Amino acid sequence: MNAFETPVLEAKNIDKFFYNPTETQVLKKVSFTIKRGEFVSVVGKSGCGKSTLLYILSTMDTDYRGELSLDGELISGKSSDYLSKLRNEKIGFVFQFHYLLNEFSVLENVMIPGLKLGKYAREELEHRAIEKLRIFDMQDHAKKKANQLSGGQKQRVAIARALINDPLLIMGDEPTGNLDKKNSDIVYNKFKELAADFGQTMLIVTHDPEFAEGTDRIIEMEDGRVIRQ
Amino acid sequence: MKWTLIIEIAKALMLARRKQTVIAATGVLFSITMFVALLGFMNGLNSMLDGLVINRTPHIRFYNEIRPNPNQPIDQSEKFENSLNIIRSIKPSTSRLAIYNSESIMRTLERDSRVLGISPKISAQVFFNVGTIDLTGIVNGIEVEKEAELFSFSDYVTAGDYAELNQTNTIILGKGAADRMLADIGDVVQVTTAQGNRVQLKVVGYYQSGLGDFDNVNSYASLTTVQKMLGEPASYVTDIQVKLHDLSLAPPMAKELAGIFQIDADDIQTVNAQFETGTNIRTMISYAVGITLLVVSGFGIYNILNMMIYEKLDTIAILKAIGFDSRDVNRIFITIALTIGFVGGALGLLFGFLAGLGIDQIPFETEALPTIKTFPVDYNPKYYLIGGTFSLITTYFAGFFPARKASGVDPVEIIRGK
Repeated sequence: MNAFETPVLEAKNIDKFFYNPTETQVLKKVSFTIKRGEFVSVVGKSGCGKSTLLYILSTMDTDYRGELSLDGELISGKSSDYLSKLRNEKIGFVFQFHYLLNEFSVLENVMIPGLKLGKYAREELEHRAIEKLRIFDMQDHAKKKANQLSGGQKQRVAIARALINDPLLIMGDEPTGNLDKKNSDIVYNKFKELAADFGQTMLIVTHDPEFAEGTDRIIEMEDGRVIRQ
Repeated sequence: MKWTLIIEIAKALMLARRKQTVIAATGVLFSITMFVALLGFMNGLNSMLDGLVINRTPHIRFYNEIRPNPNQPIDQSEKFENSLNIIRSIKPSTSRLAIYNSESIMRTLERDSRVLGISPKISAQVFFNVGTIDLTGIVNGIEVEKEAELFSFSDYVTAGDYAELNQTNTIILGKGAADRMLADIGDVVQVTTAQGNRVQLKVVGYYQSGLGDFDNVNSYASLTTVQKMLGEPASYVTDIQVKLHDLSLAPPMAKELAGIFQIDADDIQTVNAQFETGTNIRTMISYAVGITLLVVSGFGIYNILNMMIYEKLDTIAILKAIGFDSRDVNRIFITIALTIGFVGGALGLLFGFLAGLGIDQIPFETEALPTIKTFPVDYNPKYYLIGGTFSLITTYFAGFFPARKASGVDPVEIIRGK
């Protein structure tokens, strides 16, 4: 089996329960795979469990049943420290609200996951971070503090940060959900560009039908089940 | 590399909450300052007060005590060996106060490597004849140079020159005795010994120890003057005072040598047990106060770190989402706590030292303590070391629980919760 055939992400029969206030099953036997280079969106009504699914896939939520493999490696039941390392190296994140660390400059924000990984020397990492910022036209803001940027600009920097370690997979939780139309379009176009120009594998949760239409594949969820993929 | 990143993040978090960080560090600074200044001042006073007695007290004193012979003849008789012998009204036999063989004892002691120096002494009960009344007193015959060298005699001679005591028929009067006799320096006082000898002595100075009762009774003259007063030969000595290199050896040595020389020996620990107890309790109280201050500032740090964690939940969640594990987050907050402790502690030690210098300048003059002009302060590095160590330990523990809380933050909860 060569690398192109190994699925980037494979979920098998994922069940998830919430116990507070009463036991409710939010995910029911969710199974799917994501292949290398795919641009996938997850859609569904709010409350259908799509965000919950994303956090399980992201390895941050470990309280579930079923099997999850990342890059051919079974990661269910691994220690949280190991998962942190995995997350740092292989997964890039883009959130709806939580963009950047306000205590740091734009450049530092982009560099931090790279510094944590420790694969490149600081100077080289800085150079790479500038390159990533250039993709999003943000290189001129590199020295600004994160809280001096507008929402759309922050989100673009957040995507640049997600790219810094050349991750296997980028995950987004409604990355355009909190942006106005103009900024949302810019961010959307950047995702498209990443898919087309860099062949970046991406899994984006969204409730924006327009956004979903532009992706390679749509996984539709309802009541904790995948109803179409 | 890992640590540089952690330190960098800790620094950024602290700078983002500069005011709180400064307040926390000021808390540590204040408590360390107080700790060092308090202990320095307290122990300065302690050692001065102890010095009043301890400096003047020989580590071991050899003497002959007048007491009934414990081996009465009847006990040695074989005939009454197994019977219960009761003798009433035993009196001490005529024994002398002088130490037998004092010269060879002193030679032996001088050769002992544990001994710093020895000084012989005669204690003589006298009457000072003032007009029609007699005042009781004690004239101590001393070897002037040795007494000055070993027992800081010269420090307590507040008027006149102690070296003039080397001339025969001179006396240095205790301040209290001199005041009662209205004897000025240069005056001649008449002294009657217990044996009835009358001697005229010239006053060459005043002696003031700071202990009023002592100064009312005790006066000093040279060894030869007192021997002459008593009509005794040059070998007559009632006390041999020994100063050791190591004070803690005194009790076993006193026991050992008392057996060898067949005389009585007192060691400083036994005689002055109450001083040691007082010193220990004062030291304990100052440590307790100092450590309380530190613990209180520790709670300050704990509060501020807790606040910081609540404010920075987002930051912690993002850090965890991008691959920082619990240990990293824990280290970040421990680093913050220790930095506050280190900076506050270091400045606290500096300010504590300055406070010590300040206290050292405050005038403190009292009749009872002739050698003291300002408040005494002890600059022993030990207190600085303890203060510094404690600042780090308390801040570590103050940071420990908040850091654990931060490392346990569930990023999903924070990110979804919004």
